[in-house]
Amino acid sequence: MIATTEYSQSTLRAYAGTVVASLEAVSKNYEKVRALRNVNFSVRAGEVVALLGPNGAGKTTAVKLLLGLIQPNSGKARVFSGDPTNPQNRLRTGAMLQVGRVPETLRVREHIDLFSSYYTNPLPLEDVLAAAGLEKLRDRKFGDLSGGQRQRTLFALAICGNPDLLFLDEPTVGLDVEARRTLWEEIRRLVDCGKTVLLTTHYLEEADALADRIAVINQGEIIAEGAPAEIKAQTSGKRIRCITSLGLANILNIPGVTDVRQDREAVEIQAKEAEPVVRTLLARDASLSALEITSAGLEEAFLALTQDNGQKVDRQN
Amino acid sequence: MSTATAALSNTGIERSASQTAEIYLKEAKYEFLKNLRLRVYTASVISFPLMFYVLFGLVLNSKETIGATSVPTYLIATYGTFGVMGASLFGTASGLAADRGLGWLQVKRASPMPPFAYFAAKVILSMIFSAIVVSLLLVLGISSGGVRLPFAQMVTLLGTLVAGSLPFSAMGLAIGYFAGPNSAPAVINMFYLPLSFCSGLWVPYMFLPKLVRQIALALPPYHLSQLALGVVGAGRHESAATHWELLLAFTLICLGVARIGFQRDQGKLYG
Repeated sequence: MIATTEYSQSTLRAYAGTVVASLEAVSKNYEKVRALRNVNFSVRAGEVVALLGPNGAGKTTAVKLLLGLIQPNSGKARVFSGDPTNPQNRLRTGAMLQVGRVPETLRVREHIDLFSSYYTNPLPLEDVLAAAGLEKLRDRKFGDLSGGQRQRTLFALAICGNPDLLFLDEPTVGLDVEARRTLWEEIRRLVDCGKTVLLTTHYLEEADALADRIAVINQGEIIAEGAPAEIKAQTSGKRIRCITSLGLANILNIPGVTDVRQDREAVEIQAKEAEPVVRTLLARDASLSALEITSAGLEEAFLALTQDNGQKVDRQN
Repeated sequence: MSTATAALSNTGIERSASQTAEIYLKEAKYEFLKNLRLRVYTASVISFPLMFYVLFGLVLNSKETIGATSVPTYLIATYGTFGVMGASLFGTASGLAADRGLGWLQVKRASPMPPFAYFAAKVILSMIFSAIVVSLLLVLGISSGGVRLPFAQMVTLLGTLVAGSLPFSAMGLAIGYFAGPNSAPAVINMFYLPLSFCSGLWVPYMFLPKLVRQIALALPPYHLSQLALGVVGAGRHESAATHWELLLAFTLICLGVARIGFQRDQGKLYG
């Protein structure tokens, strides 16, 4: 569906593995808040990299630095081995950002027409509409679209210029499950055409479904990086919930427990692995009831990760 | 890495002059469509000057004269200035403030859009709406107010007022860079309405209190209205060159302020 030019396809295939975007020892502060500290990170041609982290982790800051929208306090952001603000680099990049308001009185096809005109080699309008699933909404004004449709329009604006490098900042926020999977399909198709994609997300599932490589970012630092399988292995924490007469301190000293807290009548226990902890719990408290074991959310996974690295997480920051 | 990245570099990606021209054209076209469909904009920018003109120029005072000039003719110049100012301030400031504050300008800045195209579109839009307001005032005056002006004079009047859109577009850009997305319309009115009154756009200059008449001499809308009144022979016979110079100076100051805002934005995050 997405046609690439001979040029970009052959070049990108031939030089797959070349760094096309990077942050080199980048720190960025907003007044007193440290958004990124000493981040080293790179994206190579032809790969999909996911920046995975909770809200406020610094994902958007990283994307904005690579787009040249903001400047680092120290270190360097580079795109196509040059300055991100270079107009020629921008001709080869597309971006989907989180935006509060888009001009509402323009129609979907008009927005695409305008953004396509910025590029030297844009995709035909029909291809863009099809790729973003907007064929039936082409004449709809932006203000009349639903949240998911708006998101798809922003995606269309990111890809309409047929860019070699795509930045997608939380692309599936506000999409329902079906729309999310459709967008994933479309992103995969772009990658098959030789595009390079950097996406940010706070869904481990999304990063897992799309990325060749995941960089986990928390509180401005990259705390883990690797293939999805490697990351998942590190973040597969479990949450155990039960009603027990055991004291919190008594639970915390069970090997493998990373955190425990009272939640109404029950306790919630974070652990790297559930089975040995549950075995101990049952052995210590025969009256234990209402046992539930769930996979830890991302937040807990980060805790596990940071503690693995021997760092204490400062939750107030 | 160096040879590989060289191959990935940007040779052969260059925008032609005609492509650049097309961007400017489309940017202006969609800026126009966007605002044309925005009822808040068209209603306030076009209808208010026309309503005032109909009420004070056609219904109430149409047989009166100010000096040797009939009221309907005089008021085309002053309400024309009022309309131009509104079209220009609202055409630039409110859109810019909202685009800046709510992230849309960042999407545009991240794209390969030539930054100047964005501003040019807003200025062109302001000039087009200025031309529309002045033309409608002329049509009303001629059809219902007995206004008789030689064709050349009408063209000069229109040209003068449309050129006068530039200082207020510059002012709008300056406001747009410092006003919040929601407060922008209020901030615009805070300038727009007092400036209009004190410059003699609602009540003719000679009927203003003495203190206000002195203040008027320092206000840009006063100078534009005097240029417009000069075209229909109702000005105060001050030097036209001085009026233009003052408007030019005002434009440059506003552009300077807007530039400070533009540069401040480059290093700042919104949202």
